[in-house]
Parts: sequence; C-alpha cells; structure tokens
Amino acid sequence: MRVTRRQALGLGAGATAVLIAGPLVAPAIAKGQTADDAIKAFTGGAEAKSGKISLSTPEIAENGNTVPVSFDVESPMTTDNHVQSVLVLADGNPRPGVATFHFSDMSGEASASTRIRLAKTQNVIAVAKMSDGSYFMDKRLVKVTIGGCGG
Amino acid sequence: MFSRREFLQAAVATGAILGTAGGGSWRALAARQALMTEDDLLKFPTMGNVSLVHVTDIHAQLKPIYFREPSINVGVGEVEGKPPHVTGKDFLEMFKIAPETPEAYALTSVDFAALANDYGRMGGIDRIATVLNSIRADRADNTLFLDGGDTWQGSYTSFKTKAADMVEVMNSLKPDAMTSHWEFTYGIDRVREIVDELPFAFLGGNIFDAEWEEPAFEATKMFERGGVKVAVIGQAFPYLPVANPRWLFPNLSFGIREEQVQENVDAAREEGAELVVLLSHNGFDVDRKLAGRVKGIDVILTGHTHDALPEPVLVGKTLVIASGSHGKFLSRLDLDVRDGEVKGYQYKLIPIFSDVIKPDKPTAELVDKVRAPFEKELNTVLGQTDSLLYRRGNFNGTFDDLICNALIEEREAEIAMSPGFRWGTTVLPGQDITVELVHNATSMTYPAAYRSEMSGKLIHDILEDVADNLFNPDPYYQQGGDMVRVGGLGYKIDVRKPIGSRITDMTLLKSGEKIDPEKTYVVAGWASVNEGTEGPPIWDVVTDYVKRKKTVSVEPNTTVKVEGV
Repeated sequence: MRVTRRQALGLGAGATAVLIAGPLVAPAIAKGQTADDAIKAFTGGAEAKSGKISLSTPEIAENGNTVPVSFDVESPMTTDNHVQSVLVLADGNPRPGVATFHFSDMSGEASASTRIRLAKTQNVIAVAKMSDGSYFMDKRLVKVTIGGCGG
Repeated sequence: MFSRREFLQAAVATGAILGTAGGGSWRALAARQALMTEDDLLKFPTMGNVSLVHVTDIHAQLKPIYFREPSINVGVGEVEGKPPHVTGKDFLEMFKIAPETPEAYALTSVDFAALANDYGRMGGIDRIATVLNSIRADRADNTLFLDGGDTWQGSYTSFKTKAADMVEVMNSLKPDAMTSHWEFTYGIDRVREIVDELPFAFLGGNIFDAEWEEPAFEATKMFERGGVKVAVIGQAFPYLPVANPRWLFPNLSFGIREEQVQENVDAAREEGAELVVLLSHNGFDVDRKLAGRVKGIDVILTGHTHDALPEPVLVGKTLVIASGSHGKFLSRLDLDVRDGEVKGYQYKLIPIFSDVIKPDKPTAELVDKVRAPFEKELNTVLGQTDSLLYRRGNFNGTFDDLICNALIEEREAEIAMSPGFRWGTTVLPGQDITVELVHNATSMTYPAAYRSEMSGKLIHDILEDVADNLFNPDPYYQQGGDMVRVGGLGYKIDVRKPIGSRITDMTLLKSGEKIDPEKTYVVAGWASVNEGTEGPPIWDVVTDYVKRKKTVSVEPNTTVKVEGV
C-alpha cells in the first residue's frame, strides 16, 4: 500500500512521538527585540556569512496570514560537523521572532518548513548555528500586497 | 514574422508603393494585392524536425477583432529599453518595419485608427484554423500545437456558457497541451469539470494544493515529434490568488516556484527529453529572468503580458517567444533538434489578417453555431463612439476612461477605479458600441461595480501597491497587469522610485484640490477580489451610460503625469 503524506499525517495526528524525531521548536526571541538584536544575541556578535543555508519563500504572499517558509542547511550532520540550531525571523512583524529550530547529529538533515504570519512586506531571515561555532544566514523579501489588479 | 532579410525586402517594397499611393483604399488595395496574399503570410522555409505552433491569450475572441498594441509599455531596471518595452515608432525602427505597412499596423499603435480602416480586423479562430491546417499539411508528424492559456475568458458568450463555447471550438483545433490563468476564475469546480473531459493535457507544474503543498495538476507531458522526444512543461500564471479572487479556487497555491521548474526540467531530461519547452503564463519579464536562472529549457513560449515580438529573444541558449494576444498572431517555430540539442531554428510570428487569410469552413460553422443562441443580443447597438476606444498600455486607455466616466456618473462617485487588465478589444471612431464590444472589455465572473468610501491614504496605498506590481525592478515581484486606471483623480508617477514614493500630486479633478490622506472620498470601481462585493455588474453600468449618452467621445487621458521614462 502506498501511504501518502496526508495519510501518514492522519495516522500520526496527535502523536508527539513523530515530532520528537524531528527538530525541536522553541520561541525565537524575547519581546521588544529587533531582528538585528535577535541575530546578535543568537550569534554572540559573530558574523553570519551567506551560503550553506537556503531559505525558500514565495516572492509575493498569496495570503499574508499563512506564508509557507522552509529552509535547508547543507551539512553532513555528523558528530563533528552538524547544524545545532536555526533561528527564523520576520523583520517587519511587531514581534520579529518566529521560531528557533534545534537539531543534533541524530537529526539526519537540517531542514524544516512551517507557515508564518506576515503583517506587511518584509524580509524573512534564517540564521544557522553550526557545531564549529560558525553562522550562516539567508534572507528573502516577501511582498504582502493589497492585490487585485493583475491580469 | 519574416526573417530579417525578407522583412527588409518587404519593408522597402511596401515603402516604395505607399510613398506614391496616397489614399487609404489605394493603400489597402496595394497592400492586399501586391504584398499580402494568404500564400505570403503562410510562406515559411520549413526546416528541422519539430514545428512548435503557439497561440496564447485569445481571451475568448472567436471572431476577428481590432486590437491596438500599447503606445506606452515601460520597462524598469535591467529591462529598460529592451523588447517588449519598446513601442510605437521606436518599435518600428528596432525591427526595421516601414510605417503604414501591414506589419506596422499589426505590431504597433502608430496611426492605428487609419490603418485599421485599411487593413481590417485581425484574428478569428477560423482563420487560425486555416493557418494551423496548412502547417499540419506540411508537417503532420512534426507539429505540436500549444495554447498558452487565457483562452476561456473575455467575451459575452464565454461568460454565458461558462467557457463551453471556447472549449468546444478549441477542442476542434486539437491542441496538444494548454496552461492557464483566467480559466480559474470560473471556479475550481468548473475547471475540474472541463479538465476531466479535455482531450489534451492541461498543464501547470506550479499549481499546488495549498494545504499539503502537493502538485494539483500535471506538470509535464512527453511527446514524440519527427523522431524527437519533446517535453512540454506547463507554468500557470504565478499570482492567481493575488491578482484574482482566491475564494474561487481556495485550496490552490501557485507562485513562480523556480526550483520546481528546475526539478521538472531535470526530470524531463532524465526521462530522455531532447527538447524541453516551457509553455508559460509567467509574463515576458518573468520568463526572461527565469530563462537565465533555470538550466536546460530550450524554448519558452511566453504569455500573459500580451507582447507580440517578430523575433525570438535569446537568453543564453533559451529562445523566448512572445505570440501576442486576442488571436491576432500565431507563432511558428521550426527547430532542428539533433543529438539532444537545438542546432538551428526558423521563426515567424504569423499575423492573422482576417481579410487575407480565408476562414476554415468547418471551424467557421462551429463558431457560428456556438454563437447562434446569443447572436441577437451580441449585435444589439447601445450607442456610437466618435473616438478610438482602446485599453492596452501602462496607464489609462480611452475604453477605461469611458468605464470610469460611467462609474462616476451612474454610481454617483467622486473617484473611479478600473483594473489595469491587458485584455479587451478596440473600437474604431464611428463604430457602433454593441453589447458584444462592452463585454469584450468587461466580461468576468466577479463584475460587481462597488461604491464605497475610502480615505485619501488608502487610495494612495492602492496606487502605490499596483504601481509596484508593474514597476518593481525585479520581474519576480511583478504581476503583469497594467496600472489601475482612475477617473476623477489626477496624479504624478515616477516609475523609478521605490514603493511608497512613486505616486505624488494626487488631485481631485472636480475641485482641483489636493487629495487629503485623512479625508474620505466616494469611490466606485469593479472587479474587486473580495468575496461578497456588492453592486450591479459593470457591463450594466457601462450600458446605461452609453445608452444615455447615445454618442461617446473620449480623448486620450492627460491627468496622469508619468516621470522617469
């Protein structure tokens, strides 16, 4: 029998065990912090370079209330070399913090997808913390439009 | 439409004849008899092993129509001054077309009304059938006929039959595949109902289930033509849920999805495709950018932005073909595909001059059959126009000004807004305004003409938002429509500025006062994407107005000042 994703999720509904195998999600940042503050706090002031992490978002949000966002970090995910966590921010929201995803060398891969709410046109930012203490960042502009005049 | 050499020869010859010919009927006669025969229009130096035939954005025009190409089509950033952002005399110079020739009439707005009288209407599905039959007679096993979408919407009969007229007629032409945009404005149930019965592929690799992010329609169809394995990948209009009412197809998600396009191209190559074609409704600038970023596409048959270009635009190794709109043109691209790559090509944008190309009889009969139940209503005369009524162009066209005037007077508003659609046919000075012509400019499934109060700030926000959909320097953030048209309101726009600072000097025309961000104004408009919008259908508003005026006269708009071009 071919189990579709839909069925698999249906079977797994309410089963936290499924989630434990995946990344752990924690609130990203405290109230009142800007996105820049949050990045600094996350990296301890170290520079977040570009590369390794790729963020995927729509260019224009179809519905600002639920914008699909996903990231993927290039890493062998071994004990010596893996992704420890990924901070996701929306720099134009009243509270820029979206989530921090935690990974370990047992995670297999460092990728996740979720949906976030965007109040207006803004950057979505993802910062990855690697086990060697280096940081990588990707940023995508997502436009939230009034819409209605194309065609 | 001709090779550059043929083109030059034709242009020189035409210029010589027209230089001495003078009067309109003479000119038309000279053109039709000396230069334009059906054989000339269909002449093509057949080459290679695959012929792609492309038509797009027909907008439900079964019969020949007038369609004036834009006089303003601004490109910003990297695309400034590049086709298709070249219009009028500049277009004629760039493509070495002599003024007043059939090509000049077909491809530009220069002297449009005068040349329209000479050269007549263009398009008509029965003429398209004639061209298609002639290509297939020559290249039976080599031809793929591909429809770029926006086929089912845009006329009185398509609205009344929920596209059944277009589906029946197009099926008789036996396309090999199509993609889509306005098709979805009939609602997802109607689309599914039609697609389930469609005798060819309905492709959209970028259409996903919104909840599960799973493909909702077929992405790719493999064909074999002239011994070549051809993959056709469909790309629907990326911004359907933004530019059109999401509630009509609530569970679908679109988007450009560049990575997905790359995946589909790679998968097609892996399956052995020697020629990869993207049948796209992205719009020209989006496709030009995509062609530079996605590897392995041989040909993009682009649509949506209604551009007609007589030559392909080459991006790296990818040919981008723009075949116009409303059935005015059919593209033929012959390709020599060997060892898994394109070794050579021959291209012609075939203009469908309806007085020169004979209608295909069975198709003409079928068109008449589907229109028969509505013939009386279609031909009902509402009034006349003294001036040219057209829509296409980045800013207000005269047909939109007519609609805006109707909204202001019939709905007792201070300001009118009319969406910047690129579809809608042209009416010549002296022509009757019929029910059919009003519907050609307004036909849609969400036509309610609303009347509401808006603050000056909101009006400014709307103009800025739409301007950014058109003039964002990154094509991936463009939606492909034109600027929202306004009545009762003047403004200045600097297309080079960023969002929020393009629009200045907004003025209420009736009093001459500046628009106050804090004040509220009565605004009438139509085609809102919000569910539950109330008001009479826009065609009723326009009909009442034209009937009351008997004769309308709309001069080109001067209340929108454009800077930065």
